[in-house]
Amino acid sequence: MRTVALPDLDTARAWRDAARALVAESVPPEDVQWTCGAPEQTDLFQATGQGREADGAARTCARRQASVSFNVPKSFVDLAETVAWHSDPERFARLYAFLWRLRDRPVLIHDRGDAALAKLRAMEKEVNRDKHKMKAFLRFREIGAPDAPRRRFAAWFEPSHNVTEPLAPFFARRFGDMDWLIVTPRRTACFERGEISFAPGQPKPLLPEDATEDLWTTYFRSIFNPARLKVKAMQAEMPKKYWKNMPEAAAIPGLIAQAESRARAMQEAAPTLPPLRAGRIRERLHAPGVLRPMELTFNDLRRKAEDETRTARDGYGRVVLGEGPHDAPLMVVGEQPGDVEDREGRPFVGPSGQLFDNVAEEAGLDRKAAYVTNAVKQFRYVQRGKRRIHQSPDRSDIEHGRWWLDAEIKLVKPTLILSMGGTAAETLTGTRKGILKRRGHVEETEHGPVFLTVHPSYILRIPDAARKAKETDLFRADLAAAQAHLEELRAA
Amino acid sequence: MNAMGRLSLQDKLAILSDAAKYDASCASSGTARRDSRDGKGLGSTEGSGICHAYAPDGRCISLLKILMTNFCIYDCAYCVNRVSSNVRRARFSPEEVVHLTLEFYRRNYIEGLFLSSGIIRSPDATMADMVRIAKTLREEHGFRGYIHLKTIPDAAPELLEQAGLYADRLSINVELPTDASVKSYAPEKNPVTIRKAMSEVRQKREASRDRSHTGKRPARFAPAGQSTQVIVGADGATDATILGQSTRLYTGFGLKRVYYSAFSPIPDATAKLPLIRPPLEREHRLYQADWLLRFYGFAVEEITAATPDGNLALDIDPKLAWALANRHLFPVDVNRAEREMLLRVPGFGTKTVNRILTTRRHRTLRYEDLSRMGALMKKARPFVTLAGWSPGALTDTPDLRARFAPPPEQLSLF
Ligand code: SF4
Repeated sequence: MRTVALPDLDTARAWRDAARALVAESVPPEDVQWTCGAPEQTDLFQATGQGREADGAARTCARRQASVSFNVPKSFVDLAETVAWHSDPERFARLYAFLWRLRDRPVLIHDRGDAALAKLRAMEKEVNRDKHKMKAFLRFREIGAPDAPRRRFAAWFEPSHNVTEPLAPFFARRFGDMDWLIVTPRRTACFERGEISFAPGQPKPLLPEDATEDLWTTYFRSIFNPARLKVKAMQAEMPKKYWKNMPEAAAIPGLIAQAESRARAMQEAAPTLPPLRAGRIRERLHAPGVLRPMELTFNDLRRKAEDETRTARDGYGRVVLGEGPHDAPLMVVGEQPGDVEDREGRPFVGPSGQLFDNVAEEAGLDRKAAYVTNAVKQFRYVQRGKRRIHQSPDRSDIEHGRWWLDAEIKLVKPTLILSMGGTAAETLTGTRKGILKRRGHVEETEHGPVFLTVHPSYILRIPDAARKAKETDLFRADLAAAQAHLEELRAA
Repeated sequence: MNAMGRLSLQDKLAILSDAAKYDASCASSGTARRDSRDGKGLGSTEGSGICHAYAPDGRCISLLKILMTNFCIYDCAYCVNRVSSNVRRARFSPEEVVHLTLEFYRRNYIEGLFLSSGIIRSPDATMADMVRIAKTLREEHGFRGYIHLKTIPDAAPELLEQAGLYADRLSINVELPTDASVKSYAPEKNPVTIRKAMSEVRQKREASRDRSHTGKRPARFAPAGQSTQVIVGADGATDATILGQSTRLYTGFGLKRVYYSAFSPIPDATAKLPLIRPPLEREHRLYQADWLLRFYGFAVEEITAATPDGNLALDIDPKLAWALANRHLFPVDVNRAEREMLLRVPGFGTKTVNRILTTRRHRTLRYEDLSRMGALMKKARPFVTLAGWSPGALTDTPDLRARFAPPPEQLSLF
């Protein structure tokens, strides 16, 4: 029988080193006895150790041997790292027994049905929960002067497992600009001028009163809603054993006792008359122009478009505004004027526009009653000899178009917007991603409901006739669905 | 107004946290990682947020959730701060908010600040004060904890822009499930403006993730995303309407969370609204359904199809309701079914499903394995088959639903 005594500090690493050495020597789990809580200077291996140097040598040696003999899955290393902080005296033996089996069957670590692993995972969960609760429920009190350049705080906490040591770095990352001391029965952690150090555990220290606790308790009382008392839910997350070290917990019994009557009082209280000043404020607020800024008219828009056309940059055509009834219930938004649209100064008159017209008619969508326009207002091209080659709009074109489209939407106030293609989708919904999945559906946007579909030019570009016909059918179905949706909206 | 000068910090805190408690959101997760190990500031954020206490209403207390002021010039019927309510009013100075946040944080009471406000003077003035608080915390005190600002929809875009640079999360409440109810219960609010603000936040967030042509990343904008809250049970909207709105919010504005808040009777309520016990059970079912939408691959129509009147069943959870209505798809062979189908088994959570998938790569699963993997077998039993178990006729017994539903007395919860 081999006895391995692990130190209280840095226990997880010590266990790992020892376990590696034992596996390398092929010592079966039945032949090892694990103990913990040895004074920190004690040798790792009672059988071989002769002081710290020998201990260190044993470790290096063990590591080298281990690396030649076998590897363990990374997730086991993490598991052991956590379970080692558990308070169960059997923890090291359990880990070692599992490690022993893991040597031959590394996949065991994925077997969530294995009873030994299930137990270790449960222990891991307990440690993690304990860590989590300590992060959550530990309360500091100020022990230094509040105006000192570096403030000082201390806390007393009673964790169920040995989690103070592994948690110290967390508190150091969180409370970096102050000194703190965390005292627990088994371990004390100290943070001074940026350095973490540890000392043995201590009994509960006397900490000075801290006036901020009253403010905190006030907050705790006020944030509670007596109309929704759920004591069980509270206790499941914040078990009573933690209450004695939490200043706010003293308020709990009173809050529970009065909840019922407070909630009833709120329900029974008759509605009161609004205070006088309410009327005055409301009047001022509802005066014209206070809540809504002045709006542009169609004429303003047209004038602006002409101005911009006159000053258009090279490679950009004129500003082509939308067309159709100014109170149209449906607004159709395409991508960008093409060569034909630019020459005629009207939207939707090129090949895509014609395809749209035909399919719309078949789908029963009344194109004449709709306001048709584009997300981007100017044809963009590069000149090649006599031909103007179309260029796709970039982000700044889209941004520029957004202003115009916004203005048009504000004026027309459509019930539904039909958005065709990626650029329109990006302008109206903020993203063009996944358009093929989103097509055929309505999305709620700042502009109201927007029905998404593809752009007719997408269909025009398909070379294969059969696919083209299929896509045209899909497009027709979308348009019919949009029309149906519009009718529904108008009926509502 | 005159009494205000005499209010102590404690009085103000009582009034202004009381006024904030009707906002359900308290999350402090999912933001950028930060810490103060360099000793030059205070605070850290490391992935998931921490609940530092639980109130007797079962809700997590993670942030100092307060209003800057509960004076408000608007008149939203469901809100205790509306101009026509007679509650006690108070107003923090920005310094007081900063002080409380830091002192609470140092004692490990909170993860950070969740600041909202009634609207005073004007939306811009209110928002500017809120931004100043966030800025002071970050720049003067090196505060690296969590900040959530409830933005004012009508405030100027520049203020929103700044808010996003200091805050981890921004939220704007849509308040009610339909535009029509916003109009009747929150007459000064404009659903279009609310959506516009949400869309601006979305665009700024996306733009902040783009690299400019010099390759430099712009400053992070609200790294923990945006969320919203909708009040349930104050108007006549059905669960189908509410969930439909949520889907549109998730897809349309890329929201991180939609919070459902059961309408709660408020002190000094207006005669416009029902004075009822909050429909807590309904709120709970909505959260479950929302979860199914986001993590279990359910479409909103699937969930609401099982509910003829458009409302979720209160006696059983929505996943079980769906399974009971779609029994032809069950039982599912646990050793063979695809992930998507496993996720639809009542009693299986995402973790359980992941464990099933990793383990069955190596061996055949048996019935006893499942509860060790975290499955709730009482629920799952009729819907699965695997080595050591077959539900036989159980899946199709007519009284299966009745076995799950609690006896009717408990139904009269509220
Ligand atoms: S604007 Fe906000 S604070 Fe003011 S009444 Fe409406 S909901 Fe309440």
